Amino acid sequence: MTESALINIAVAILFLPLLGFAVTLLLGKKVKKIYLFEVFILFLGLAGAIAIAYTKLTSLSDAELVSEFTWINLGNTPLLGEIKINLGIMIDNIAALMMVVVMLISFLVHLFSIEYMRGDPRYNRYFAYLGLFTFSMSGIVLTHNILMMYIFWELVGVSSYLLIGFWFEKKSAADAGKKAFIVNRIGDVGMFLGILMLFTTYHTFTFDEIFAQISQGVLPFNSGFWMSVTGILIFCGAIGKSAQFPLHVWLPDAMEGPTPVSALIHAATMVAAGVYLVVRVFGIMTADALVFIATIGALSALIPATIALTQNDIKKVLAYSTISQLGYMIMSLGVGAFQFAFFHLITHAFFKAGLFLGSGSVIHAMHHEQDIRQMGGLRKKMPITYYTFLLFSLAISGIPLTSGFLSKDGILAGSFAFGTLTGNQFFAIVGFFVALLTAFYMFRMVIITFHGEPRNKEKYEHAHESKAVMTVPLIILAVLSIFIWYTPNPFNPDQGWILSKGINTHEQYIPEETRYDFLVPGEAAVVEGEETGSVMYSESYEEAMHSVHVPTMILSLLMAGLGILLAFVFYQWKKVNVDRLAEKYKPLYNFSLNKWYFDELYDKTAVSGTIGLSRFLGKFDSKVIDGIVNGSASVTKGFSTFIGKFDNIVVDGFVNFAAYLSGFVGLIFRRFQTGKVQTYLVFVLLSVVILLFIFNSF
Amino acid sequence: MHSVPYLSLITFLPILGMIIVLALPKSQSKAIKYVTLLVTGIQVVIAALIMANYNYSLGGVFEESSFQFVEKFKWIYIDGFSWLGKIKIDYFVGIDGISAPLLLLTAIVTFIATISSWKIDKQLKGYFALFLLLDTGMMGVFVALDFFLFYIFWELMLLPMYFLIGIWGGPRREYAAIKFFLYTLLGSIFILLVMIGLYFSTQETLADGTRVFTFNMLSMMNVDNSVASGILSPLNPNNLRFIAYIALFAGFAIKIPMFPFHTWLPDAHVEAPTPISVILAGVLLKMGTYGILRISFPIFPEITEQLAWYIALFGMINIIYGALCAMAQRDFKKMIAYSSVSHMGYVLLGMASLNTMGISGAVLQMFNHGTITAMLFLIVGVLYDRTHTRDMDAFGGVAVKMPVYTGVVTVAFFAAIGLPSLSGFISEAFVFLGAFAVDLIRVLTIISTAGILLGAAYMLWALQRVYLGKLNEKWADLKDLDGREYAMFIPLILIIIFIGVYPSPMLNLMNSSVNTMVKFIADAQTIYNSFAGF
Repeated sequence: MTESALINIAVAILFLPLLGFAVTLLLGKKVKKIYLFEVFILFLGLAGAIAIAYTKLTSLSDAELVSEFTWINLGNTPLLGEIKINLGIMIDNIAALMMVVVMLISFLVHLFSIEYMRGDPRYNRYFAYLGLFTFSMSGIVLTHNILMMYIFWELVGVSSYLLIGFWFEKKSAADAGKKAFIVNRIGDVGMFLGILMLFTTYHTFTFDEIFAQISQGVLPFNSGFWMSVTGILIFCGAIGKSAQFPLHVWLPDAMEGPTPVSALIHAATMVAAGVYLVVRVFGIMTADALVFIATIGALSALIPATIALTQNDIKKVLAYSTISQLGYMIMSLGVGAFQFAFFHLITHAFFKAGLFLGSGSVIHAMHHEQDIRQMGGLRKKMPITYYTFLLFSLAISGIPLTSGFLSKDGILAGSFAFGTLTGNQFFAIVGFFVALLTAFYMFRMVIITFHGEPRNKEKYEHAHESKAVMTVPLIILAVLSIFIWYTPNPFNPDQGWILSKGINTHEQYIPEETRYDFLVPGEAAVVEGEETGSVMYSESYEEAMHSVHVPTMILSLLMAGLGILLAFVFYQWKKVNVDRLAEKYKPLYNFSLNKWYFDELYDKTAVSGTIGLSRFLGKFDSKVIDGIVNGSASVTKGFSTFIGKFDNIVVDGFVNFAAYLSGFVGLIFRRFQTGKVQTYLVFVLLSVVILLFIFNSF
Repeated sequence: MHSVPYLSLITFLPILGMIIVLALPKSQSKAIKYVTLLVTGIQVVIAALIMANYNYSLGGVFEESSFQFVEKFKWIYIDGFSWLGKIKIDYFVGIDGISAPLLLLTAIVTFIATISSWKIDKQLKGYFALFLLLDTGMMGVFVALDFFLFYIFWELMLLPMYFLIGIWGGPRREYAAIKFFLYTLLGSIFILLVMIGLYFSTQETLADGTRVFTFNMLSMMNVDNSVASGILSPLNPNNLRFIAYIALFAGFAIKIPMFPFHTWLPDAHVEAPTPISVILAGVLLKMGTYGILRISFPIFPEITEQLAWYIALFGMINIIYGALCAMAQRDFKKMIAYSSVSHMGYVLLGMASLNTMGISGAVLQMFNHGTITAMLFLIVGVLYDRTHTRDMDAFGGVAVKMPVYTGVVTVAFFAAIGLPSLSGFISEAFVFLGAFAVDLIRVLTIISTAGILLGAAYMLWALQRVYLGKLNEKWADLKDLDGREYAMFIPLILIIIFIGVYPSPMLNLMNSSVNTMVKFIADAQTIYNSFAGF
């Protein structure tokens, strides 16, 4: 296939879901089965994405396919110079891989939803919204410029809003949708400011053009500092969309949406868009910006993991684990382990979508029960769901032979290597500790849900394995969570195609003095990098990565094993009474159970602060500002009465002038109640003529 | 230039309609409505023809030869007073890229407002007669190039508006109407004074070589025409021009409305009937910012530059203050009214940038706000027609009963929030891109971006209170949109989406003029700086 054919397919699979959205929405009421059209479109999308990725990675591996058009052209403007805004798409290996992930999971979620959503009064509308989401997400993936990124960024926000609040009759669902959109907007404002900085400096939105100018040393306000600020501002968008600390609070609430939506949007794809954004603009991230990013990532990995330990809602546990895993990816980017961040994005997308769909299968079987304390023993009733869920849990815990092990290990090794090179081991310590927590809370959930005795007999009796249309997606995702698809060596992904051929475009464009030392490649690396388009690190980094490889693997296995073991000790074998433990450390337990009180904190400060200010200004406006207006009206009215009397005894010479004044002021106010103001208009016209005379006589 | 006097046609056609309406017997209510619909429909067609014949490369702004569809002839010539000299007032109309989008907007919004007027049942004849008179006034303001003519049209709008609110309005209509009237009138006085001052500072040369004072706006923009002794002449080393600028600005600012002159707006909106709110927010508010662009900027370019920071400051205050006030409202219509205050702030901010992106954004924002806010007021009207309340807390779950309507609401609200792919985003983004590029107002611009967030907050909050959640059983038998309501919403939705996806036609329409304006103001600095007193 030629390059232009790939571009054409990409454009087609970008816009097909939009067509699906429009058709399904408009015909939804009349044609009962129209949702099948949307499902079919996603099938086409998946086929197209696979075709693109296969061709791109096999025969066009080093090329970057770009197709653009001029969207707005203001030409040569007087003060700003040439203003031309191009939109377009770009397919590099990362975009091609990401498209497969998006289309595949979207397709599987469509399938799963056919059964899961059956009987919903707005069935077709649900599928329409999924189409809108898929379109928006594809736009983010394929864009070749930051403006289009922002446009689709907001559009996924809307699809997310619509889908979280899909059951809007429930106040909590409507609230959650609103919260998600507004919290995301906070990040988006930052991102928008970053875009303003970029456009003001470079007069273009196109990534490659910005990169090219940065390579030549053009920086915002000519300073590395402002380059860092710009990077951090852009990253704010990722903080919102990827639910990173401190804007993570919307994601757990977003679980109000239908569970397949949680799998697609709030686990696998949309929330990963933040990571994808940073991947796209990694080249402009200075060392300062990256440390900031790594810190946010580390905190986002750690805090939610401690919250997930005590949650009892199956989806909430998964939501917090999602934030935590996204934190891993963000941290990985921050410490310069660029490849593994994106690798983890892919593996996580599959196993986390699987976990959510698995939880959906459970919730479906339990008649919309989400509290794991009401479950138990489901292993026997739902074997497929159980075994796939178990596999996904092993993957997220980072157990060998799973995909999760490969990518997570890479992130931990990257953090470790970063520590050995810079002396800052904070990120590595957090990384390993979170690995322990992850394994623990995942297996806590697995054990409570699937093992032991059923706690709610009645619901248990009714539970049964889900239909094939729901289990097949689980099986597909489970298969994709095994190492073999990514690398032949289950302990080292370096030789696998995904790292050697897939995720290979990576370069920093900022001046060398603003980068991490290890992101300044030596001569040899530059030559090699230019040949293969592959990673460009310094030799010391390669060495550090090599030397931490084995220790990392051992340590991470220890952590994961310990976490799983503890979960079994606590919940399977019940060697420790967890309730008593919780009682003993009640403040800690409550702190975790209540999610570190973030919601309460924000409610008490930002939310009530804004609402309080708005109420105050509302009152201020009607009492003070409008009060002045009404007050001055009364004063004028009084004054005009006086003038009116005075006017009666004024001599002729100034008649015209005085008549104008009093006529204007007095007349209107005297007739305040009667409303006969039409005469005034005549006065105005007369006064014009009179004024003409007066002015001229000066 | 053009043989067809498009601009006079589009301006005075409603007067013809008014005469027909007045001639019809009261009982012919259908005929009265259809005459109005026909007139406003023809206006849309004329506006479309104007756009089709518009030459995108001509700049306008200060240069008569590059205005389009110009009609100019002697109107009031008085030659009788030897001590006064000649009075010369022309009928002088024409459009450029600044006024063309607004002319189009006026035609569209008026047409939609006519459809929305269908349910008016009180004193039909008077209503539609005044409605058509208002129509002429609005069109006239956007086409007039003679200051006197401009002022006549400006005042002409006041009277019908006063009655339309005062007779067909809600319970407190008289208070609201008189407040609107007086406030706007106060602004008019300022404008009037400055106009007279400018008249006596500007002379143009007639064919016979004699010099006469003139109301021609374009002449007022040219320093060569100023009379050195004129009270507002740039050659006259006093600071009256500065004071005049502020007075003129205040006159226009009341109409925008700019903080702190905005309090007439919520009252007027709450009391006005739906179609009049639509016109008020959709068209009338734009006259303030249009006046500043058309008159203040090119006639006082040197002061514009001096005061740009303050214009941006008030833009920022409008954006944030308006949004916060909107958030505090329980009355649906008042909330929308305050959102207008906020959105008009973007126009001010964009204008203050004095560069192409900012001013394009400002003009586009005028157009977009006109269409979006028209939709918002129609939306409130639809609900009010059915329930006779506007208290947002009295609703809940309307989406269950009116899914299509709620879909329309969602589009309109997200357009107001500035969602990309809908028109509001383009203009807001341009305003920000333009303003951020200017060192002087960058900090104000950064603060203003909070409006993006606050806008989402109050709009989505309103959306949730009224439309989402459990259905309030009181409204269990709400009916979804009918055919007439579809006819109001669909054109607006199409425009909002079209401009959001493909803004180039609109931007190209204004581009030459905006560039001309920007260059004119930038160049003027060197010219004006050379005068004494500066």
